[in-house]
Amino acid sequence: MQSVQLIALGTSARQLGLSDVRSGILKVLPVDVQLSDLHLDIDAALDSSRKQYHSTQILAMILEAANAGTSKLLGVTSYDLFIPVLTFVFGQAQLNNRAGVFSTFRLNNEFYGLRRSDKLLLQRTVKEALHELGHTFGLRHCMDHPCVMNSSTYVEDIDLKPGDFCLPCLRHLQTVL
Amino acid sequence: MTTAFDPADIRIMIVDDEASVRQSLEAWFLDDGYTVVTAGNAAEALTTMQERTIDIILLDIKMPGMDGLALQDRIREFNQDVVIIIITAFATVDTAVRALKAGAFDYTTKPVDPDELSILVRNAVEKIRLRRENESLKESLDTLQFIDEIIGESAAMRQVLDLIRTVAPTDSTVLILGESGTGKELVARAIHMNSKHRYFPLIPVNCGALAESLLESELFGHERGAFTGAQYRRKGKFEMAKGGTLFLDEIGTLSLKSQVDLLRVLQDKEFHRVGGEQLVKVDFRLVCATNSDLESAVKEGTFREDLFYRINVFVITIPPLRERREDIPLLARHFMERHAASTNRQVHAISDEALAMLRDHDWPGNVRELENAIERALVVNRSGIISPDDLPLRTASMTMVSSGDTLADVERDHIRRMLEEMNWNISKTAERLSIDRVTLYNKIEKYGLKRPE
Repeated sequence: MQSVQLIALGTSARQLGLSDVRSGILKVLPVDVQLSDLHLDIDAALDSSRKQYHSTQILAMILEAANAGTSKLLGVTSYDLFIPVLTFVFGQAQLNNRAGVFSTFRLNNEFYGLRRSDKLLLQRTVKEALHELGHTFGLRHCMDHPCVMNSSTYVEDIDLKPGDFCLPCLRHLQTVL
Repeated sequence: MTTAFDPADIRIMIVDDEASVRQSLEAWFLDDGYTVVTAGNAAEALTTMQERTIDIILLDIKMPGMDGLALQDRIREFNQDVVIIIITAFATVDTAVRALKAGAFDYTTKPVDPDELSILVRNAVEKIRLRRENESLKESLDTLQFIDEIIGESAAMRQVLDLIRTVAPTDSTVLILGESGTGKELVARAIHMNSKHRYFPLIPVNCGALAESLLESELFGHERGAFTGAQYRRKGKFEMAKGGTLFLDEIGTLSLKSQVDLLRVLQDKEFHRVGGEQLVKVDFRLVCATNSDLESAVKEGTFREDLFYRINVFVITIPPLRERREDIPLLARHFMERHAASTNRQVHAISDEALAMLRDHDWPGNVRELENAIERALVVNRSGIISPDDLPLRTASMTMVSSGDTLADVERDHIRRMLEEMNWNISKTAERLSIDRVTLYNKIEKYGLKRPE
């Protein structure tokens, strides 16, 4: 069975309740999910002028810090992420490779001036975790079906898409899991 | 959003000098399933476009060397289809307006909102999808570029056009044969514009126009200090033609020494600049032209046989104008329209008599001479219709239309021609004919000559 390491990045991320995220992933994917005790300092990925963290650099840091092996490495942070050309990203993952990272920064209702909803935050977090893991298992964005692999550029997109994979994406996952 | 396409069929090129931007955009589009290539500068982008079809270009404006706007201009000269989206960190209204006027599809600033980028690309893809729907219709049309510059419906010219179509997409060396003024450079241009080299320059060199010592520096370039007066390093035509087409006109006039030099470059694909030690690699398509008989020159020892065989690979012979007289009216009207437009003259027709005169002329200077004749006619014309009086051909053509063989026929035609040349000025004509005015009047009466109205 493929294994996934969930890595909390940054001090605040440790308050995220990753065990709930783990349960959410296990409901959808037949993988072994472990909460990593890796303490990774991602300050070097901070772009102080943008007050955001460079997600590509974080991926490199995760890969460098983790043990060699085959498990997927999924970083979770509450800091805002970016890649240079975009204003922000929800997350980033290596296609068909080991590492992924995503942020809860923009998944939180309070970011949009709305009332806090822990339930909604967890739903969105699990969807993002599944989405980035999907990339590490070789899935590209799915444009054809209601699917967690749909590309999301707004938080509303995340709410609209289901928390599961469509049939063609599931078939692909069956071949690699 | 339409789903009637596979994103892998959309080929996106990211042109940006910043590696991090290239990588992040590449990853972003790969996640969406597009086919993605990247280029770090304009030259790489042009090379990529030479090698493969690109549908969408995400183009940075500020790059070292050729900037994004200049690159867009270059691409637009040859490719109207590729969808260009400008993404720049240094946005100004001026550059945005310039980019859009010059044919950019859209314009945005870094960093881009992910949603905005998605919409930009989705719109670009939709445009491409619509274009592809029309492609089957377009395929049936002859879309050969620049070939419409070559005017002619005669069988001989149709064959020339067929040969251009055949040889242009290949890498083959082409030898264009034809008399002076037949349009050899036009054929070279049509070959270049319809080849994969079209994104790079066509460099014409008139071998006959330069002295041997100058030609060497012209072709090979020189290093600083290579000779007196060489204050700067200068690129030669071989280097300037890199990736493009080198057009050597009047190759028959090359000296034997220059022939050896040229042969070496063609064989080795590399050379030294004059006064330089570094080997410069070259890669160009060669098109040569001549109006001389190279085979005879080879026999006489003035043209190297090995060079002849190297350039005599695919031959296109352009017929002289006198061998395709049926094209003369078409060409004449074409030049009339072109020069009337450029000189703002209200000339809109050529009289039947003038056309007959044009058709009957032998045109030793070929199409160029015809174009000059029409251009001149436009300048002198006052009526709006080009008549025989406007054409600078009277001497030759009047001789041709001599109506008989007797001495009297020739005398009549000669007197009429002289009268017309002197604009029916009796004194001047008589003087020119070395006869007195009374004799001239008698002959005018005898032959029934009348001043045209």
